[in-house]
Amino acid sequence: MAAAATCGTGAGSTGSMVAAGGKNNVTSFQRRGPRASGSDSSYSRLVSIAGTRPSVRNGQLLVSTGLPALDQLLGGGLAVGTVLLIEEDKYNIYSSLLFKYFLAEGIINGHTLLVASAKEDPADILQELPAPLLDDNVKKDFDEDACNHKTAESNIKMKIAWRYQLLPKMEAGPVSSSRFGHYYDASKKMPQELIEASKWHGFFSPEKSSSTLNIEPCSLTHGYIKLLQFIQNIIYEEGFDGSNPQKKQKNILRIGIQNLGSPLWGDDICCTENGNSHSLTKFLYVLRGLLRTSLSACMITMPTHLIQNKAIISRVTNLSDTVVGLESFIGSERETNPLYKDYHGLIHIRQIPRLNNLIYDVSDVKDLAFKLKKKLFTIEGHSREQCILVALTPAQ
Amino acid sequence: MFPELNNLLNTTPDRAEQGKLTLLCDANTDGSFLVHHFLSFYLKANCKVCFVALIQSFSHYNIVGQKLGVSLTVARECGQLVFLEGLKSSVDVFFRAQAEPHPLQFLREANAENLQPLYEFVREALKPVDDGEAAWRCPVLLVDDLSVLLSLGMGAVAVLDFIHYCRATVCWERKGNIVALVHDSGDTEDEENNILLNGLSHQSHLILRAEGLPTGFCRDVHGQLRILWRTPSQPTTQRDRSLTYQYKIQDRSVSFFAKGMSPAVL
Repeated sequence: MAAAATCGTGAGSTGSMVAAGGKNNVTSFQRRGPRASGSDSSYSRLVSIAGTRPSVRNGQLLVSTGLPALDQLLGGGLAVGTVLLIEEDKYNIYSSLLFKYFLAEGIINGHTLLVASAKEDPADILQELPAPLLDDNVKKDFDEDACNHKTAESNIKMKIAWRYQLLPKMEAGPVSSSRFGHYYDASKKMPQELIEASKWHGFFSPEKSSSTLNIEPCSLTHGYIKLLQFIQNIIYEEGFDGSNPQKKQKNILRIGIQNLGSPLWGDDICCTENGNSHSLTKFLYVLRGLLRTSLSACMITMPTHLIQNKAIISRVTNLSDTVVGLESFIGSERETNPLYKDYHGLIHIRQIPRLNNLIYDVSDVKDLAFKLKKKLFTIEGHSREQCILVALTPAQ
Repeated sequence: MFPELNNLLNTTPDRAEQGKLTLLCDANTDGSFLVHHFLSFYLKANCKVCFVALIQSFSHYNIVGQKLGVSLTVARECGQLVFLEGLKSSVDVFFRAQAEPHPLQFLREANAENLQPLYEFVREALKPVDDGEAAWRCPVLLVDDLSVLLSLGMGAVAVLDFIHYCRATVCWERKGNIVALVHDSGDTEDEENNILLNGLSHQSHLILRAEGLPTGFCRDVHGQLRILWRTPSQPTTQRDRSLTYQYKIQDRSVSFFAKGMSPAVL
């Protein structure tokens, strides 16, 4: 977030922000505040970017994932410059829903989007984004729903049960006027004018595969190389890494990559056990290098349940920052298990990064289940003693 | 550095040993606090440190280092610290052809045979300075972490060769130390990683193994640390000494206690 600070003060001094090759620290990981390493990152000169806020713990700049309860489980949100890996559920129903929430949040906040997919055209994905929920609708839904908590007016957007009230409340930053984290109604589509007003770049793998490569063939598959070049191009052209002297960017680039690792990308790790075992991990490493040196955040969904070689999954986990696994009950024996009768699946928070810190925010609740019921997508701590109801976005 | 860990290891920055290979490994937990400890320990011990940081950015280590009392920016400027930032350099190497061999050149190649450019970088960084300036005590190579090299296409044998070459130069020739972190993948069958881990375990003088608790997550005890002293060059007539402690990581330090003696329990 001090990258935001350096962007903000770049109007006067060019030396500190812009450097050839970005070798001056334009990473988003500098701590904001008077004690930070850079001399130009004082609080008052921080230009706040819409849709971001500093973390309570270490001042790290965060963006919302599109689900406020998931933000809270991840310690406030997704840190700018990091990768959120979603391990897809078996039929890719709920993970694609999370993917759409992530992109919709970007449109509402005015972030630039980069949507990459090998299965669907990004333009089609954007047409299917959920509509944001307006304030009075949310209030009506919460009153109707049979929740047994009376919430104060200030908590109307998120019903925080008594346990979560002990945690620090999320507050809007002093400069930003818009809320952090919005609610969406998946039964309605995002209004066309909002989509057209947004800035987005799409990468559809079948279209790009015919053009030629201009780097030497390394062990990455063709689709990954093209995607990396595309991302790097956008970051450089639009100035997200501060190295382009013509462009001073004060916005976040949200990168969403769908079904990474699936055979549609040209990778065979889901087909055979002895496939190309380094392609995906190399891709993730270079991607993370790109993210760390720019104002961007990335969500990747990956069908890890299809990967044959389990060693790759642990390597991929080590190479990602935040890892969340979704397990849906559809078709499994848990569907009829009375313990899980109210829920549609489990959420596993597999890894949370310790950024700029020795410790990290970790939720006390470890068994989390989610359900999609009428207009509520809820994540609950699954334990009889800890009935933590964190109401999320109304969905279908 | 964590004073309690120094007490357990029976060292202080003034009396740091030389010529040792320390292996850090973590299983089911995050062992990066050990890397921060050794980085600040050797910087305080006035050693010249070459840090091959493959997994996080410079500012991450810098901010944590400031909590532990060292400033990496100052150390880098005065020449005490040579920092190879893997993530940032990988972008440069991958997208632009480099004129001269780059330590991370294997990222561009389809079948990189060995890590020789990286070794050359380390050797150059830890070259003894002859002009009589501030003489650092001993060179130290710190790698975070070696398992990433396996993910980037190098074989376990190539990584073991790299460490072997570094040991010959840094530990034996220049009487320095090496500290390297390797992840233990546990029950996932990552054979290459197991080969690397076993190979390094046999060569190390000191092994620090951070493990998650077998019973799962606990708020007051974050894990268990096993310390194993070894003498790889001598026949094992004497038993290797081993200690186990449990630890809790706090904002600026780590507290260690005997198993079951967490302050929260007593």
